[in-house]
Amino acid sequence: MEKYIWLIPLLPLLGFFINGLGRNTLSKSLISVIGSGVVFISFLLSVLVFMNVPSGEGAQPLIFHAFDILNFKSIQVPFSFQIDALTSIFLLIITGIGFLIHVYSAGYMKEDEGFGKFFAYLNLFIFFMLILVMGSNFFMMFIGWEGVGLCSFLLIGFWFKNRDYVGAAKKAFIMNRIGDVGFLLAMFWIYREFGTLQYTEVFGLLNTTHISSFAIGGITLLLFLAATGKSAQIPLFTWLPDAMAGPTPVSALIHAATMVTAGIFMITRCNELFELAPYTKEVIAWIGIITSLITATIAMRQNDIKKVLAYSTVSQLGLMFAAIGMGAYVAAVFHVMTHAFFKALLFLGAGSVIHGMHHEQDMTKMGGLKKYMPTTHITMLIGCIAIAGIPPLSGFFSKDEMLLSMFMGNKIIYAIGFIVSVLTSFYMFRLYFMTFSGELRNKEVAAEGHTAHPHESPKTMTIPLIVLAILSIIGGFVGIPELFMKNAHRLNQFLSGVIAPGEAHHISHSTEWLLIAALLSCVAVAIYLASKMYNGKVDKEATGVMKVFENKWYVDEIYQAIIISPIIGLGNIFKKYVEKSGIGRMVSGTGDLSYLISKNIRTVQTGNIGMYVLLMVIGIVAGLGIFFFGMF
Amino acid sequence: MIPISYYLFLSLGLFSIGMIGVMTRRNIIIMLMCVELMLNSVNLLLVAFSKMHQAKNLGTEAGIDGQMLVLFIMVVAAAEVAIGLSIMILFYRKVYNVDVQSLNRLKH
Repeated sequence: MEKYIWLIPLLPLLGFFINGLGRNTLSKSLISVIGSGVVFISFLLSVLVFMNVPSGEGAQPLIFHAFDILNFKSIQVPFSFQIDALTSIFLLIITGIGFLIHVYSAGYMKEDEGFGKFFAYLNLFIFFMLILVMGSNFFMMFIGWEGVGLCSFLLIGFWFKNRDYVGAAKKAFIMNRIGDVGFLLAMFWIYREFGTLQYTEVFGLLNTTHISSFAIGGITLLLFLAATGKSAQIPLFTWLPDAMAGPTPVSALIHAATMVTAGIFMITRCNELFELAPYTKEVIAWIGIITSLITATIAMRQNDIKKVLAYSTVSQLGLMFAAIGMGAYVAAVFHVMTHAFFKALLFLGAGSVIHGMHHEQDMTKMGGLKKYMPTTHITMLIGCIAIAGIPPLSGFFSKDEMLLSMFMGNKIIYAIGFIVSVLTSFYMFRLYFMTFSGELRNKEVAAEGHTAHPHESPKTMTIPLIVLAILSIIGGFVGIPELFMKNAHRLNQFLSGVIAPGEAHHISHSTEWLLIAALLSCVAVAIYLASKMYNGKVDKEATGVMKVFENKWYVDEIYQAIIISPIIGLGNIFKKYVEKSGIGRMVSGTGDLSYLISKNIRTVQTGNIGMYVLLMVIGIVAGLGIFFFGMF
Repeated sequence: MIPISYYLFLSLGLFSIGMIGVMTRRNIIIMLMCVELMLNSVNLLLVAFSKMHQAKNLGTEAGIDGQMLVLFIMVVAAAEVAIGLSIMILFYRKVYNVDVQSLNRLKH
């Protein structure tokens, strides 16, 4: 494995350089072949890694040391990769789905002038994401963490000629930055407590030395702050819906399948640390579930097809955090995986719809598209069923496992999670019915001067959809719960070396059946309601609480009022009183003062040579006097 | 032998005359001459001390270097005067007189 492991991140980096440098000279087909090809080779290597990685209980991670980033007596930070079961799963998700989305982008971005730039950024993103999951210490993760943030910023603002998009990119970057501060501080604190940043050493020290619970609580809370930034949780979640300004493949890859799950990955990676911080876990669970509920309600009333999916992503991430708060790390990782499948599928499907509708994102103008786009329609339907959690599609297994952990941990959180699951199926089928059933509401789609009908997308776009649809169907079978089959939870066994298996389920099978049945019946009702309300129809004017949902709980407005406006006001005060009349005065004051002094001293230069000589003689005499008689 | 104090007073007198000349006169030629006077008074002093030094250590070469230094100073002074005079000529061509007071144009 040592021979090829370094190729996995290196190849996308190479692709970035080739595509980045040749963005104006290489042909579009060559760029897409290079861009997708490097990721595909990385994917093949990841499969190799996945097959050879030590897994199961007691498995030790493999560490590959390349060179030292920092090497001082007091601190060593090596550039090294840590490969274990958790990493290998993320490698598969990143490179596998990444490859599909690259292929898709070749079709989706065909007409775009920034084609080469787009593929270069995508490759760079894959590189940083791989660094994030493969690093063997917090510093490496931080490099990846910042790198994916940068790529996210670049790709959200990809169409930078639109001011709103640039604003969205900046918003994402700044909000991520707030979280990154948490990561940095946590890293410093870890170094102070443990004296190292290497995962294996830090977690090894947890067993041998006593670390105060205050320090562990602080570190984990700071790490969770970082996770709220990257994974879009309260209070930093508002950037993700705005991030939909980027091209749709970006939304699918970065803002649904991979980057936003970095927070889950990080916490799972540090699960030994978080297990020692019960209060932090409590905080994570509540923040996750509340985020999940709020964003699910918002998603119910959005008309932009990508916004619905964005809020749905935040909501699903919230569920994952809630599961993590319950200690169900495997369930969270499981859901990361299945969610990556069906959310990437849904986003790509939405992209296909947008492409077919000639850049129309408003669902109130769609409808009846199943006639025009059969492949997209079927795959999207599979995605909706999967995310709604209907067996035997993948979403059911992972969601069921998460809800079960909540049921055992905290009944209130479980209740909210239950509601969120029902809402999820409602808004996803609302999206489905508004988009695909009924009649096309906007008969003529305007496309650059001429009118055209909606059309099915090209093969490069539909094939990834089909592959993802298949994955969404079968992806759940790696984690079949004990209820259905003994010892069939392959993922649990696979990850047991990284994540200490929790206690056995103390829950009777009859209760479990009951929970599943209750949930499924509620989901069925929700889907029925959605079909009644939105089959060929759209929302009426919102009133009451629906208006709150439609306006996203006024979170942006609240932030504007309580954070942004005061900061800008404070800035204006400083500008007026400190900058202009304080520092400005000081700076121009020194100039004015020296001008004034020299203006007066200048008159000493009379031009009278006799006077000069006299002064010189006096000076010399005085100097000699001091020298000989020691007057001073 | 003439005591050293005679030389000292002569030299002091010459130097003072030169200094007062530089300070009080306006004619640039006279000022230059006064500067030369000051220089030569110092030269004289150097020779006198050198001679005194030699007289104390008869039969040795002590003190001879002071007299040699004076010769060098004269050479350098000659070169310096050449420059001084050429500046003076340029000055005269500029203002058509030899009064240093007319060299205060920068003041305005």
